[in-house]
Amino acid sequence: MTQLPPATQKKLGLVIDLDTCVGCHACVISCKGWNTENYGAPLSDQDPYGADPSGTFLNRVHSYAVTPLATSTKPHPTTQTIHFPKSCLHCEDAPCVTVCPTGASYKRAEDGIVLVNEADCIGCGLCAWACPYGAREMDAAEGVMKKCTLCVDRIYNQTLPEIDRTPACVRTCPSGARHFGDLGDPDSAVSHLVAERGGFDLMPEQGTKPVNKYLPPRPKDTLPDLDILSPYLAPVTENPGGFLGWLDRALDKLPGQSSKTGRG
Amino acid sequence: MHPAPSVILFTTLSGAGFGLLVFLGLGLPEVSGFTAFAFFAIAYLLAVGGLLASTFHLGHPERAWKAFSQWRTSWLSREGVCAVAALLVMAAYGAGLVFLNAALQPLGYLGAALSLGTVFTTSMIYAQMKTVPRWHTPLTPAMFLTLALAGGALLAGQVRLAIALLLASGAATVAAWILGDTRFKASGTDMATATGLGRIGTVKAFEPPHTGTNYLLREFVHVVGRKHSLKLRMIAGALAFALPVILLLLPFSHWIAALAVLSHLTGVATARWLFFAEAEHVVGLYYGKR
Repeated sequence: MTQLPPATQKKLGLVIDLDTCVGCHACVISCKGWNTENYGAPLSDQDPYGADPSGTFLNRVHSYAVTPLATSTKPHPTTQTIHFPKSCLHCEDAPCVTVCPTGASYKRAEDGIVLVNEADCIGCGLCAWACPYGAREMDAAEGVMKKCTLCVDRIYNQTLPEIDRTPACVRTCPSGARHFGDLGDPDSAVSHLVAERGGFDLMPEQGTKPVNKYLPPRPKDTLPDLDILSPYLAPVTENPGGFLGWLDRALDKLPGQSSKTGRG
Repeated sequence: MHPAPSVILFTTLSGAGFGLLVFLGLGLPEVSGFTAFAFFAIAYLLAVGGLLASTFHLGHPERAWKAFSQWRTSWLSREGVCAVAALLVMAAYGAGLVFLNAALQPLGYLGAALSLGTVFTTSMIYAQMKTVPRWHTPLTPAMFLTLALAGGALLAGQVRLAIALLLASGAATVAAWILGDTRFKASGTDMATATGLGRIGTVKAFEPPHTGTNYLLREFVHVVGRKHSLKLRMIAGALAFALPVILLLLPFSHWIAALAVLSHLTGVATARWLFFAEAEHVVGLYYGKR
Protein backbone atom coordinates (compact mmCIF):
# COMPACT_ATOMS: atom_id res chain seq x y z
CA MET A 1 0.00 0.00 0.00
CA THR A 2 1.49 3.29 -1.07
CA GLN A 3 -0.24 5.40 1.56
CA LEU A 4 2.37 6.42 4.11
CA PRO A 5 1.73 5.29 7.69
CA PRO A 6 0.64 8.30 9.81
CA ALA A 7 3.43 7.49 12.26
CA THR A 8 5.91 4.68 12.70
CA GLN A 9 6.65 2.95 16.02
CA LYS A 10 10.38 3.27 15.43
CA LYS A 11 12.43 5.38 13.06
CA LEU A 12 15.33 3.13 12.22
CA GLY A 13 18.04 4.86 10.28
CA LEU A 14 21.67 5.81 9.95
CA VAL A 15 23.77 8.64 11.31
CA ILE A 16 26.73 9.39 9.07
CA ASP A 17 29.71 11.26 10.47
CA LEU A 18 31.29 13.43 7.79
CA ASP A 19 34.09 14.27 10.21
CA THR A 20 35.45 10.75 10.48
CA CYS A 21 34.59 9.27 7.07
CA VAL A 22 37.87 8.65 5.29
CA GLY A 23 36.33 7.85 1.90
CA CYS A 24 37.60 4.26 1.77
CA HIS A 25 34.42 2.92 0.08
CA ALA A 26 34.38 -0.17 2.32
CA CYS A 27 30.67 0.48 3.02
CA VAL A 28 30.01 0.55 -0.72
CA ILE A 29 31.64 -2.83 -1.20
CA SER A 30 30.12 -4.54 1.83
CA CYS A 31 26.67 -3.23 0.85
CA LYS A 32 27.04 -4.49 -2.70
CA GLY A 33 28.27 -7.83 -1.40
CA TRP A 34 25.55 -8.42 1.18
CA ASN A 35 22.72 -7.24 -1.06
CA THR A 36 23.93 -9.29 -4.01
CA GLU A 37 24.33 -12.51 -2.06
CA ASN A 38 21.15 -12.29 0.01
CA TYR A 39 17.61 -10.83 -0.20
CA GLY A 40 16.10 -9.96 -3.58
CA ALA A 41 17.50 -9.55 -7.06
CA PRO A 42 21.31 -9.30 -7.14
CA LEU A 43 22.92 -5.91 -7.78
CA SER A 44 24.13 -6.46 -11.32
CA ASP A 45 27.06 -4.94 -13.19
CA GLN A 46 27.15 -4.16 -16.89
CA ASP A 47 30.41 -4.48 -18.79
CA PRO A 48 32.32 -4.76 -15.49
CA TYR A 49 35.71 -5.47 -17.05
CA GLY A 50 35.15 -3.54 -20.28
CA ALA A 51 35.59 0.01 -21.42
CA ASP A 52 32.33 1.38 -20.01
CA PRO A 53 31.57 -0.33 -16.71
CA SER A 54 28.48 0.54 -14.67
CA GLY A 55 26.38 -1.17 -12.06
CA THR A 56 23.72 -0.95 -9.39
CA PHE A 57 24.75 0.37 -5.98
CA LEU A 58 22.59 1.13 -2.96
CA ASN A 59 25.28 3.19 -1.31
CA ARG A 60 27.78 5.46 -3.01
CA VAL A 61 30.50 7.70 -1.60
CA HIS A 62 30.88 11.13 -3.18
CA SER A 63 33.80 13.45 -2.43
CA TYR A 64 33.44 17.21 -2.23
CA ALA A 65 35.92 20.08 -2.00
CA VAL A 66 34.61 22.79 0.32
CA THR A 67 36.30 26.19 0.44
CA PRO A 68 35.42 28.37 3.44
CA LEU A 69 34.71 32.03 2.76
CA ALA A 70 37.79 34.26 2.96
CA THR A 71 37.99 36.51 6.02
CA SER A 72 40.35 39.34 6.94
CA THR A 73 42.25 37.06 9.30
CA LYS A 74 42.26 34.19 6.76
CA PRO A 75 42.44 35.64 3.28
CA HIS A 76 43.29 32.26 1.73
CA PRO A 77 41.33 29.61 3.62
CA THR A 78 42.33 26.01 3.01
CA THR A 79 39.94 23.88 0.98
CA GLN A 80 38.68 20.80 2.82
CA THR A 81 38.04 17.44 1.18
CA ILE A 82 34.88 15.85 2.59
CA HIS A 83 33.87 12.29 1.78
CA PHE A 84 30.13 11.89 1.61
CA PRO A 85 28.45 8.46 1.72
CA LYS A 86 24.87 8.51 0.47
CA SER A 87 22.16 5.85 0.62
CA CYS A 88 18.39 5.82 1.19
CA LEU A 89 17.45 8.23 3.99
CA HIS A 90 14.21 6.32 4.82
CA CYS A 91 12.23 9.59 4.77
CA GLU A 92 9.18 10.04 6.98
CA ASP A 93 7.43 11.74 4.08
CA ALA A 94 8.86 9.47 1.40
CA PRO A 95 7.80 10.82 -2.03
CA CYS A 96 9.03 7.63 -3.69
CA VAL A 97 6.35 5.56 -1.93
CA THR A 98 3.26 7.57 -2.81
CA VAL A 99 4.05 7.77 -6.55
CA CYS A 100 4.31 3.97 -6.93
CA PRO A 101 1.40 2.78 -9.10
CA THR A 102 1.47 -0.88 -8.04
CA GLY A 103 1.99 -0.75 -4.29
CA ALA A 104 5.44 -2.34 -4.65
CA SER A 105 6.99 0.53 -2.66
CA TYR A 106 5.98 0.82 0.96
CA LYS A 107 7.08 2.24 4.29
CA ARG A 108 6.84 -0.14 7.24
CA ALA A 109 4.66 1.09 10.09
CA GLU A 110 6.69 -0.83 12.70
CA ASP A 111 10.17 0.55 12.02
CA GLY A 112 9.86 3.09 9.20
CA ILE A 113 12.05 1.18 6.73
CA VAL A 114 11.20 1.97 3.08
CA LEU A 115 11.19 -1.20 1.00
CA VAL A 116 10.33 -2.47 -2.49
CA ASN A 117 8.39 -5.67 -3.04
CA GLU A 118 10.23 -6.75 -6.17
CA ALA A 119 7.48 -9.15 -7.29
CA ASP A 120 5.10 -6.18 -7.70
CA CYS A 121 7.58 -3.72 -9.24
CA ILE A 122 6.91 -2.98 -12.92
CA GLY A 123 10.13 -1.00 -13.31
CA CYS A 124 8.45 2.25 -14.35
CA GLY A 125 11.15 4.23 -12.56
CA LEU A 126 8.77 6.87 -11.20
CA CYS A 127 9.97 6.37 -7.60
CA ALA A 128 13.54 7.15 -8.68
CA TRP A 129 12.22 10.32 -10.33
CA ALA A 130 10.48 11.32 -7.10
CA CYS A 131 13.55 10.75 -4.90
CA PRO A 132 15.71 13.90 -4.65
CA TYR A 133 18.68 11.95 -3.26
CA GLY A 134 19.28 9.39 -6.00
CA ALA A 135 18.72 6.61 -3.49
CA ARG A 136 16.87 4.33 -5.89
CA GLU A 137 18.47 2.66 -8.87
CA MET A 138 16.84 0.51 -11.51
CA ASP A 139 18.75 -2.72 -11.95
CA ALA A 140 19.56 -3.01 -15.64
CA ALA A 141 19.58 -6.82 -15.61
CA GLU A 142 16.48 -7.43 -13.49
CA GLY A 143 14.31 -4.45 -14.53
CA VAL A 144 13.20 -3.76 -10.96
CA MET A 145 13.95 -0.92 -8.60
CA LYS A 146 16.67 -1.52 -6.01
CA LYS A 147 17.20 0.48 -2.86
CA CYS A 148 18.78 0.31 0.60
CA THR A 149 16.80 -2.05 2.84
CA LEU A 150 18.68 -0.93 5.95
CA CYS A 151 19.79 -4.59 5.81
CA VAL A 152 16.39 -5.69 7.07
CA ASP A 153 17.66 -9.26 6.62
CA ARG A 154 20.52 -8.62 9.07
CA ILE A 155 19.13 -6.39 11.79
CA TYR A 156 16.39 -8.87 12.83
CA ASN A 157 18.33 -11.99 11.84
CA GLN A 158 18.44 -14.35 14.83
CA THR A 159 20.88 -16.68 13.06
CA LEU A 160 23.60 -13.99 13.04
CA PRO A 161 25.76 -13.23 16.07
CA GLU A 162 24.33 -10.20 17.86
CA ILE A 163 27.26 -7.99 16.89
CA ASP A 164 26.45 -8.55 13.22
CA ARG A 165 22.81 -7.47 13.55
CA THR A 166 23.49 -4.02 12.09
CA PRO A 167 23.50 -2.92 8.45
CA ALA A 168 26.51 -4.24 6.53
CA CYS A 169 27.82 -0.71 5.89
CA VAL A 170 27.80 0.11 9.60
CA ARG A 171 29.39 -3.19 10.56
CA THR A 172 32.22 -2.77 8.09
CA CYS A 173 33.09 0.93 8.49
CA PRO A 174 36.70 1.02 9.75
CA SER A 175 36.54 4.63 10.96
CA GLY A 176 33.30 4.44 12.92
CA ALA A 177 31.67 6.97 10.63
CA ARG A 178 28.34 5.13 10.36
CA HIS A 179 25.91 4.58 13.22
CA PHE A 180 22.63 2.66 13.22
CA GLY A 181 19.71 3.02 15.62
CA ASP A 182 16.23 4.31 16.38
CA LEU A 183 16.12 8.03 15.62
CA GLY A 184 12.55 8.17 16.92
CA ASP A 185 13.75 7.42 20.45
CA PRO A 186 15.26 10.59 21.96
CA ASP A 187 17.31 8.48 24.41
CA SER A 188 18.97 6.26 21.81
CA ALA A 189 22.71 6.54 21.19
CA VAL A 190 22.15 7.85 17.67
CA SER A 191 19.71 10.52 18.88
CA HIS A 192 22.27 11.70 21.45
CA LEU A 193 24.91 11.83 18.74
CA VAL A 194 22.66 13.95 16.52
CA ALA A 195 21.85 16.31 19.41
CA GLU A 196 25.48 16.69 20.51
CA ARG A 197 27.02 17.14 17.10
CA GLY A 198 24.25 19.13 15.41
CA GLY A 199 23.14 16.47 12.94
CA PHE A 200 21.40 17.85 9.87
CA ASP A 201 19.03 16.82 7.03
CA LEU A 202 19.92 16.75 3.33
CA MET A 203 17.76 19.05 1.17
CA PRO A 204 15.35 19.97 4.00
CA GLU A 205 13.50 22.27 1.57
CA GLN A 206 12.29 19.22 -0.37
CA GLY A 207 10.03 18.41 2.57
CA THR A 208 10.88 14.71 2.70
CA LYS A 209 11.77 14.67 6.42
CA PRO A 210 14.68 12.24 6.12
CA VAL A 211 15.29 9.90 9.07
CA ASN A 212 19.02 9.52 8.34
CA LYS A 213 21.11 12.37 9.69
CA TYR A 214 24.55 13.71 8.78
CA LEU A 215 27.05 14.99 11.34
CA PRO A 216 29.01 18.02 10.13
CA PRO A 217 32.81 17.97 9.92
CA ARG A 218 34.27 19.49 13.08
CA PRO A 219 36.00 22.89 12.68
CA LYS A 220 39.59 22.42 11.62
CA ASP A 221 42.34 23.22 14.17
CA THR A 222 44.32 26.38 13.40
CA LEU A 223 47.92 25.56 12.58
CA PRO A 224 50.47 26.85 15.15
CA ASP A 225 53.18 29.35 14.12
CA LEU A 226 55.71 27.10 12.42
CA ASP A 227 58.61 29.47 13.37
CA ILE A 228 58.13 28.63 17.03
CA LEU A 229 61.64 27.09 17.31
CA SER A 230 63.56 29.58 15.19
CA PRO A 231 64.52 31.96 18.05
CA TYR A 232 66.36 29.07 19.65
CA LEU A 233 68.19 28.27 16.43
CA ALA A 234 69.86 31.68 16.06
CA PRO A 235 73.74 31.53 16.20
CA VAL A 236 74.97 32.26 19.66
CA THR A 237 78.18 34.16 18.61
CA GLU A 238 77.90 36.89 16.01
CA ASN A 239 81.69 37.65 15.96
CA PRO A 240 83.89 34.68 16.69
CA GLY A 241 86.90 35.23 18.92
CA GLY A 242 90.13 33.27 19.48
CA PHE A 243 91.83 31.48 16.63
CA LEU A 244 88.67 31.50 14.48
CA GLY A 245 88.34 35.27 15.01
CA TRP A 246 91.96 35.86 13.98
CA LEU A 247 91.51 33.62 10.90
CA ASP A 248 88.33 35.48 9.98
CA ARG A 249 89.96 38.88 10.17
CA ALA A 250 93.09 37.66 8.37
CA LEU A 251 91.11 36.22 5.49
CA ASP A 252 89.04 39.44 5.22
CA LYS A 253 92.24 41.43 4.66
CA LEU A 254 93.29 39.29 1.71
CA PRO A 255 92.28 40.70 -1.67
CA GLY A 256 89.24 39.15 -3.39
CA GLN A 257 85.57 38.52 -2.65
CA SER A 258 84.29 37.43 0.74
CA SER A 259 80.74 36.53 1.70
CA LYS A 260 79.04 39.49 3.39
CA THR A 261 77.07 37.52 5.90
CA GLY A 262 78.63 36.56 9.12
CA ARG A 263 75.78 34.16 9.95
CA GLY A 264 74.33 30.97 8.81
CA MET B 1 15.82 14.01 -17.68
CA HIS B 2 16.43 11.32 -20.26
CA PRO B 3 14.02 11.88 -23.17
CA ALA B 4 12.78 8.30 -23.69
CA PRO B 5 11.31 8.02 -27.22
CA SER B 6 8.52 5.72 -25.96
CA VAL B 7 7.30 8.29 -23.44
CA ILE B 8 7.52 11.19 -25.93
CA LEU B 9 5.57 9.16 -28.48
CA PHE B 10 3.02 8.13 -25.84
CA THR B 11 2.31 11.58 -24.44
CA THR B 12 2.16 13.17 -27.91
CA LEU B 13 -0.06 10.61 -29.62
CA SER B 14 -2.33 9.70 -26.75
CA GLY B 15 -2.69 13.39 -25.91
CA ALA B 16 -4.07 14.06 -29.40
CA GLY B 17 -6.14 10.84 -29.29
CA PHE B 18 -7.81 11.66 -25.99
CA GLY B 19 -8.23 15.25 -27.21
CA LEU B 20 -10.17 13.93 -30.21
CA LEU B 21 -12.27 11.72 -27.91
CA VAL B 22 -13.20 14.83 -25.89
CA PHE B 23 -14.64 16.47 -29.01
CA LEU B 24 -16.34 13.27 -30.21
CA GLY B 25 -17.94 12.89 -26.79
CA LEU B 26 -19.25 16.45 -26.98
CA GLY B 27 -20.73 15.76 -30.41
CA LEU B 28 -18.30 17.99 -32.29
CA PRO B 29 -18.66 17.04 -35.09
CA GLU B 30 -21.94 15.16 -34.94
CA VAL B 31 -21.11 11.92 -36.69
CA SER B 32 -22.79 8.57 -37.24
CA GLY B 33 -22.34 5.36 -39.18
CA PHE B 34 -19.14 4.95 -41.15
CA THR B 35 -17.92 8.52 -40.58
CA ALA B 36 -18.25 7.94 -36.84
CA PHE B 37 -16.32 4.68 -37.23
CA ALA B 38 -13.47 6.47 -39.03
CA PHE B 39 -13.24 9.21 -36.39
CA PHE B 40 -13.32 6.73 -33.50
CA ALA B 41 -10.76 4.49 -35.20
CA ILE B 42 -8.31 7.39 -35.49
CA ALA B 43 -8.90 8.42 -31.85
CA TYR B 44 -8.42 4.86 -30.56
CA LEU B 45 -5.35 4.22 -32.70
CA LEU B 46 -3.70 7.33 -31.26
CA ALA B 47 -4.83 6.85 -27.66
CA VAL B 48 -4.29 3.09 -27.40
CA GLY B 49 -1.15 3.20 -29.56
CA GLY B 50 0.28 5.78 -27.22
CA LEU B 51 -0.66 3.75 -24.15
CA LEU B 52 1.01 0.66 -25.62
CA ALA B 53 4.14 2.65 -26.47
CA SER B 54 4.32 3.77 -22.85
CA THR B 55 4.64 0.16 -21.66
CA PHE B 56 7.84 -0.25 -23.72
CA HIS B 57 9.90 1.60 -21.14
CA LEU B 58 8.74 -0.62 -18.26
CA GLY B 59 11.12 -3.12 -16.74
CA HIS B 60 8.27 -5.63 -16.36
CA PRO B 61 5.39 -4.85 -18.78
CA GLU B 62 3.69 -8.16 -17.89
CA ARG B 63 2.90 -6.78 -14.43
CA ALA B 64 1.43 -3.53 -15.80
CA TRP B 65 -2.09 -4.55 -14.67
CA LYS B 66 -0.98 -4.10 -11.06
CA ALA B 67 -0.70 -0.37 -11.76
CA PHE B 68 -4.49 0.06 -11.44
CA SER B 69 -4.40 -0.55 -7.68
CA GLN B 70 -2.83 2.53 -6.08
CA TRP B 71 -5.13 5.30 -7.34
CA ARG B 72 -5.41 6.72 -3.81
CA THR B 73 -1.89 8.18 -3.90
CA SER B 74 -0.31 7.59 -7.33
CA TRP B 75 -0.99 9.81 -10.35
CA LEU B 76 0.39 7.08 -12.62
CA SER B 77 -2.17 4.65 -11.22
CA ARG B 78 -4.93 7.27 -11.60
CA GLU B 79 -3.85 7.76 -15.20
CA GLY B 80 -4.24 4.05 -15.90
CA VAL B 81 -7.68 3.89 -14.26
CA CYS B 82 -8.85 7.05 -16.01
CA ALA B 83 -7.58 5.94 -19.41
CA VAL B 84 -9.28 2.54 -19.27
CA ALA B 85 -12.53 4.09 -18.00
CA ALA B 86 -12.44 6.72 -20.78
CA LEU B 87 -11.77 4.11 -23.45
CA LEU B 88 -14.57 1.82 -22.22
CA VAL B 89 -17.18 4.60 -21.90
CA MET B 90 -16.26 6.09 -25.27
CA ALA B 91 -16.37 2.63 -26.86
CA ALA B 92 -19.99 2.26 -25.69
CA TYR B 93 -20.82 5.76 -26.90
CA GLY B 94 -19.05 5.15 -30.21
CA ALA B 95 -20.85 1.83 -30.72
CA GLY B 96 -24.14 3.67 -30.29
CA LEU B 97 -23.16 6.16 -32.99
CA VAL B 98 -21.70 3.62 -35.41
CA PHE B 99 -24.23 0.79 -35.15
CA LEU B 100 -27.44 2.37 -33.81
CA ASN B 101 -27.10 5.90 -35.18
CA ALA B 102 -27.95 6.95 -31.66
CA ALA B 103 -26.03 9.55 -29.65
CA LEU B 104 -26.20 8.42 -26.01
CA GLN B 105 -25.29 11.94 -24.98
CA PRO B 106 -24.83 11.50 -21.17
CA LEU B 107 -22.37 8.71 -21.99
CA GLY B 108 -20.63 11.02 -24.44
CA TYR B 109 -20.24 13.79 -21.86
CA LEU B 110 -18.93 11.32 -19.27
CA GLY B 111 -16.45 9.92 -21.81
CA ALA B 112 -15.30 13.44 -22.74
CA ALA B 113 -14.73 14.27 -19.08
CA LEU B 114 -12.81 11.02 -18.51
CA SER B 115 -10.71 11.64 -21.63
CA LEU B 116 -9.79 15.10 -20.43
CA GLY B 117 -9.15 13.60 -16.99
CA THR B 118 -6.70 11.14 -18.53
CA VAL B 119 -4.65 13.97 -20.02
CA PHE B 120 -4.79 15.80 -16.69
CA THR B 121 -3.57 12.75 -14.74
CA THR B 122 -0.73 12.30 -17.25
CA SER B 123 0.33 15.90 -16.73
CA MET B 124 0.17 15.53 -12.95
CA ILE B 125 2.71 12.68 -13.06
CA TYR B 126 5.21 15.35 -14.12
CA ALA B 127 3.78 18.35 -12.28
CA GLN B 128 3.93 16.53 -8.91
CA MET B 129 7.73 16.05 -9.17
CA LYS B 130 9.22 18.47 -6.67
CA THR B 131 12.58 17.01 -7.67
CA VAL B 132 12.23 18.50 -11.18
CA PRO B 133 11.53 22.19 -10.52
CA ARG B 134 10.83 22.96 -14.19
CA TRP B 135 7.85 20.58 -14.13
CA HIS B 136 6.59 21.39 -10.64
CA THR B 137 4.21 24.14 -11.71
CA PRO B 138 0.51 24.51 -12.74
CA LEU B 139 1.81 25.41 -16.20
CA THR B 140 2.53 21.72 -16.81
CA PRO B 141 -1.14 20.61 -16.67
CA ALA B 142 -2.15 23.83 -18.47
CA MET B 143 0.24 22.98 -21.30
CA PHE B 144 -0.75 19.30 -21.54
CA LEU B 145 -4.50 20.05 -21.47
CA THR B 146 -4.43 22.86 -24.04
CA LEU B 147 -2.12 20.85 -26.34
CA ALA B 148 -4.41 17.79 -26.18
CA LEU B 149 -7.48 19.93 -26.86
CA ALA B 150 -5.76 21.77 -29.72
CA GLY B 151 -4.73 18.46 -31.31
CA GLY B 152 -8.22 17.06 -30.72
CA ALA B 153 -9.89 20.10 -32.30
CA LEU B 154 -7.57 19.84 -35.31
CA LEU B 155 -8.39 16.16 -35.75
CA ALA B 156 -12.10 16.79 -35.23
CA GLY B 157 -12.06 19.47 -37.95
CA GLN B 158 -13.24 22.24 -35.61
CA VAL B 159 -11.42 25.02 -37.42
CA ARG B 160 -12.35 28.02 -35.25
CA LEU B 161 -11.91 26.15 -31.98
CA ALA B 162 -8.63 24.71 -33.24
CA ILE B 163 -7.23 28.18 -34.02
CA ALA B 164 -8.20 29.45 -30.56
CA LEU B 165 -6.83 26.37 -28.82
CA LEU B 166 -3.61 26.40 -30.87
CA LEU B 167 -3.02 29.99 -29.77
CA ALA B 168 -3.84 29.10 -26.15
CA SER B 169 -1.60 26.03 -26.13
CA GLY B 170 1.16 28.05 -27.81
CA ALA B 171 0.90 30.65 -25.06
CA ALA B 172 0.98 27.96 -22.34
CA THR B 173 4.00 26.28 -23.95
CA VAL B 174 5.96 29.51 -24.35
CA ALA B 175 5.12 30.51 -20.77
CA ALA B 176 6.30 27.11 -19.53
CA TRP B 177 9.56 27.53 -21.45
CA ILE B 178 10.32 31.02 -20.21
CA LEU B 179 9.19 30.62 -16.60
CA GLY B 180 10.67 27.11 -16.54
CA ASP B 181 14.14 28.57 -17.08
CA THR B 182 13.94 30.25 -13.66
CA ARG B 183 12.40 27.41 -11.69
CA PHE B 184 15.51 25.48 -10.66
CA LYS B 185 17.09 28.50 -9.04
CA ALA B 186 13.80 29.48 -7.41
CA SER B 187 13.44 25.99 -5.87
CA GLY B 188 16.18 26.83 -3.34
CA THR B 189 17.86 23.46 -3.80
CA ASP B 190 21.54 23.73 -4.63
CA MET B 191 24.80 21.93 -3.81
CA ALA B 192 24.87 23.66 -0.41
CA THR B 193 21.51 22.21 0.70
CA ALA B 194 22.07 18.89 -1.08
CA THR B 195 25.25 18.19 0.86
CA GLY B 196 24.47 20.35 3.92
CA LEU B 197 28.08 21.55 3.61
CA GLY B 198 27.10 25.07 2.58
CA ARG B 199 27.50 26.07 6.23
CA ILE B 200 31.27 25.62 5.82
CA GLY B 201 31.74 27.32 2.49
CA THR B 202 31.52 26.89 -1.26
CA VAL B 203 30.89 23.26 -2.25
CA LYS B 204 32.40 21.77 -5.38
CA ALA B 205 32.20 18.18 -6.59
CA PHE B 206 35.69 16.75 -6.17
CA GLU B 207 35.26 13.11 -7.16
CA PRO B 208 32.18 11.17 -8.30
CA PRO B 209 31.48 7.86 -6.49
CA HIS B 210 32.70 5.82 -9.45
CA THR B 211 34.71 6.57 -12.56
CA GLY B 212 31.98 5.07 -14.77
CA THR B 213 28.47 6.29 -15.38
CA ASN B 214 25.34 4.91 -13.68
CA TYR B 215 21.55 4.68 -13.83
CA LEU B 216 21.09 8.04 -12.09
CA LEU B 217 23.32 9.92 -14.52
CA ARG B 218 21.76 8.22 -17.54
CA GLU B 219 18.18 8.83 -16.39
CA PHE B 220 18.42 12.28 -14.77
CA VAL B 221 21.42 14.17 -16.11
CA HIS B 222 20.82 14.69 -19.82
CA VAL B 223 22.78 17.64 -21.15
CA VAL B 224 23.10 16.81 -24.86
CA GLY B 225 19.99 18.57 -26.15
CA ARG B 226 20.10 21.65 -23.99
CA LYS B 227 22.64 23.57 -26.03
CA HIS B 228 20.26 23.63 -29.03
CA SER B 229 17.33 24.52 -26.82
CA LEU B 230 16.57 27.90 -28.42
CA LYS B 231 16.67 26.53 -31.99
CA LEU B 232 14.47 23.60 -31.02
CA ARG B 233 12.00 25.92 -29.30
CA MET B 234 11.71 27.96 -32.51
CA ILE B 235 11.20 24.81 -34.59
CA ALA B 236 8.63 23.41 -32.14
CA GLY B 237 6.78 26.73 -31.96
CA ALA B 238 6.67 27.08 -35.74
CA LEU B 239 5.53 23.51 -36.41
CA ALA B 240 3.14 23.03 -33.49
CA PHE B 241 1.38 26.40 -33.49
CA ALA B 242 2.31 28.95 -36.19
CA LEU B 243 2.13 26.75 -39.30
CA PRO B 244 -1.14 24.96 -38.34
CA VAL B 245 -2.83 28.32 -37.59
CA ILE B 246 -1.74 29.70 -40.98
CA LEU B 247 -2.91 26.54 -42.75
CA LEU B 248 -6.29 26.70 -40.98
CA LEU B 249 -6.77 30.31 -42.09
CA LEU B 250 -6.48 29.18 -45.74
CA PRO B 251 -9.63 27.93 -47.54
CA PHE B 252 -10.46 24.52 -46.06
CA SER B 253 -9.38 21.32 -47.78
CA HIS B 254 -8.71 17.90 -46.34
CA TRP B 255 -5.11 17.95 -47.58
CA ILE B 256 -4.37 21.24 -45.88
CA ALA B 257 -6.04 19.97 -42.69
CA ALA B 258 -3.95 16.78 -42.82
CA LEU B 259 -0.81 18.86 -43.26
CA ALA B 260 -1.82 21.01 -40.28
CA VAL B 261 -2.30 17.88 -38.11
CA LEU B 262 1.05 16.44 -39.21
CA SER B 263 2.87 19.71 -38.59
CA HIS B 264 1.19 20.11 -35.21
CA LEU B 265 2.03 16.58 -34.01
CA THR B 266 5.66 16.91 -35.17
CA GLY B 267 5.93 20.21 -33.35
CA VAL B 268 4.36 18.82 -30.18
CA ALA B 269 6.74 15.83 -30.26
CA THR B 270 9.68 18.27 -30.56
CA ALA B 271 8.35 20.34 -27.66
CA ARG B 272 7.84 17.15 -25.65
CA TRP B 273 11.42 16.10 -26.36
CA LEU B 274 12.54 19.45 -24.97
CA PHE B 275 10.17 19.02 -22.01
CA PHE B 276 12.31 16.07 -20.93
CA ALA B 277 15.74 17.10 -22.23
CA GLU B 278 15.59 20.52 -20.57
CA ALA B 279 14.21 19.25 -17.26
CA GLU B 280 16.88 19.17 -14.58
CA HIS B 281 16.56 16.77 -11.64
CA VAL B 282 18.01 17.92 -8.33
CA VAL B 283 19.96 14.65 -7.95
CA GLY B 284 22.43 15.98 -10.54
CA LEU B 285 23.68 18.37 -7.84
CA TYR B 286 25.31 15.47 -5.99
CA TYR B 287 27.45 14.99 -9.10
CA GLY B 288 28.10 18.74 -9.47
CA LYS B 289 25.93 18.67 -12.58
CA ARG B 290 22.55 19.95 -13.62
